[in-house]
Amino acid sequence: MNDNSNLDEETEECPEFWELRLYVAGQTPKSIEAFANLKKIAETHLEGQYHIEVIDLMENPELAKGDQILALPTLVRKLPEPIKKIIGTLANEEKVLVGLDVRPSC
Amino acid sequence: MMSAAEKLLNIEESVLEKTPTGITGLDEITDGGLPKGRPSLICGSAGSGKTMFAMKFLAHGAEIGEPGIYVSFEETPEELIKNFASLDLDLKTLEEQKKLGFEYIYIERSEIEETGEYDLEGLFIRLAYAVNQIGAKRIVLDTIEALFSGLPNEATIRAELRRLFKWTKDQGLTAIITGERGEKTLTRYGLEEYVADCVILLDNQVINKIATRNLRIIKYRGSAHGTNEYPFLMDESGITILPITSVGLDHSASGDHVPTGIERLDAMLDGKGYYNGSSILVTGAAGTGKSSIAAKFTDVTCKTGGKCLYFAFEESPKQIIRNMKSINIDLGQWADKGLLKFHATRPTLYGLEIHLVTMYKMINEFEPDVVIFDPISNLITVGSPDEVKSMLTRLIDFLKSREITALSTSLSVIGQIDTDVGISSLMDTWVDLKAVECNGERNRTIDIIKSRGMEHSNQLREFQLSNDGIKIVDVYLGPAGMLTGSARVSQIAMEKAQKLIREHEIEQKQREIERKREQMEAQIAEITSQFEVEEEELERTLNQEKLKEEAIKANRMEMSRVREADGKKGDQNE
Repeated sequence: MNDNSNLDEETEECPEFWELRLYVAGQTPKSIEAFANLKKIAETHLEGQYHIEVIDLMENPELAKGDQILALPTLVRKLPEPIKKIIGTLANEEKVLVGLDVRPSC
Repeated sequence: MMSAAEKLLNIEESVLEKTPTGITGLDEITDGGLPKGRPSLICGSAGSGKTMFAMKFLAHGAEIGEPGIYVSFEETPEELIKNFASLDLDLKTLEEQKKLGFEYIYIERSEIEETGEYDLEGLFIRLAYAVNQIGAKRIVLDTIEALFSGLPNEATIRAELRRLFKWTKDQGLTAIITGERGEKTLTRYGLEEYVADCVILLDNQVINKIATRNLRIIKYRGSAHGTNEYPFLMDESGITILPITSVGLDHSASGDHVPTGIERLDAMLDGKGYYNGSSILVTGAAGTGKSSIAAKFTDVTCKTGGKCLYFAFEESPKQIIRNMKSINIDLGQWADKGLLKFHATRPTLYGLEIHLVTMYKMINEFEPDVVIFDPISNLITVGSPDEVKSMLTRLIDFLKSREITALSTSLSVIGQIDTDVGISSLMDTWVDLKAVECNGERNRTIDIIKSRGMEHSNQLREFQLSNDGIKIVDVYLGPAGMLTGSARVSQIAMEKAQKLIREHEIEQKQREIERKREQMEAQIAEITSQFEVEEEELERTLNQEKLKEEAIKANRMEMSRVREADGKKGDQNE
């Protein structure tokens, strides 16, 4: 792994920490479903390497601007960079993993 | 008790409340502005002025105490502030004063993954937050169609749009939604189906390589509105729409006069000059002095403190000022004092409509007492005669409604009196200048073909331009016809000579009379003396006769005394 002649993809380190932010608006069925799905996926694939922050825009509407939130629920991957967004109830695990760029090799 | 129908009517009336846009002309066309508390759609192709419209709407709201939110899906607030700073709109200050808020919404499809159900509640939360922050009454969504390209699920977007427009209504927000023009529909994504109250279409036509912007109100529910295409102008000071298609003939007529600046011309016009607020046409062939008459009118207007707007289509302002100096008219001083404003453009620079809008705008801004078009005939090159006439009719009606005196010059072809696309019938006063060529020189004449409502002169006058200025002199009218210039001068000289000769003759005759009188008197004296001689002789004869008689008498007495020696004494008394 330390050999410089290796390909880029292989040199890329697996992220150590995942900072995830879930934007919702109140305790709607969609919000609850999204959170449940996220929790499950994170537990399965990123155990011990993640932190989930849930932001309720009903309480803090001013926070919507910063992450350019339109659709709800929206999951934002704050770390690792770059920022990625997944909208919807996160029903499809595969799509969420692709969206979060979680690779099976890690 | 109010019947149900009456109640309905009342509701209908309250629905028709309007919000002024502050866009010159638009509020006139829409009879007050956009529907209050409702969304209006402004659609048009790229660069047709949608953003400018929307921004003007918000800026005006900020001025009259109706804060607004600009929701931008394309440009960042920084970009907008920068763009409009060059257009005389200080958005930064308005934002600081909390009269204007920006909400920049950025969607990049490639950054977004979608899985599962979602809605656009986040957008609503953001808008509601922004609106509450400044207590907005107006909102602009420019352009919400970005949602369609940014988000994958069109059905969701459509459902949410419907909710969004309902939301703006519930919030009592007067909204402008912009939309890109579609190929067959008004907007690419059919926004018009959500916005039912007011739809305005902006359009940028290019005819003969000249672009003309047009505005048309396609729909305005529950309100009367103009249905025509209205030309509009976008420039550094914003948007000007020409609200007039045809003004009625109900403008007032002033009885006041304004001097023409040329004394003799005043005299020809009933001794007073043009009517205030009338339209004057000065026609003439090239070089007959049309511009000079215009300049003189400008000069006298400014001299009396009036303001004059000079539209020049042939010469630059500097050229006009220089040229008019040659006939002793200093227009430069008035320009310096701000009483005179020039606007020089080549007619071919814009389409007719845009010329009209430009004029409308400048007249609104400068508020002149007198407007000069020099020459109006050059505009004819821009459009068809019908278009030109329509445009000029509107222009003249507009000027009359403002009681602005308008003097237009028009180049006419020699020998053809009415080349002016029939505009002469729109004019109140028509002054015609002609060049008369004879004896190897060209002279100018001036006459008044018509002047409505005044007793104007029917006489031709000679019109002279010199270093001293403009002079109108009588032409020579005599048995030889009308003479001008040197012919007139020589004719006058000839007449002078003839007069001298005649005077001589009269003198001679008078002397002859004198002589005859003397002769006659001499004769009388002779006759008198002859008579005296004869009289003397006759008297002498008479005396002799008397003496003879006495002698005879004495003789007879002597004889009778001798015959009657004893006679009666009585006889002796004899």
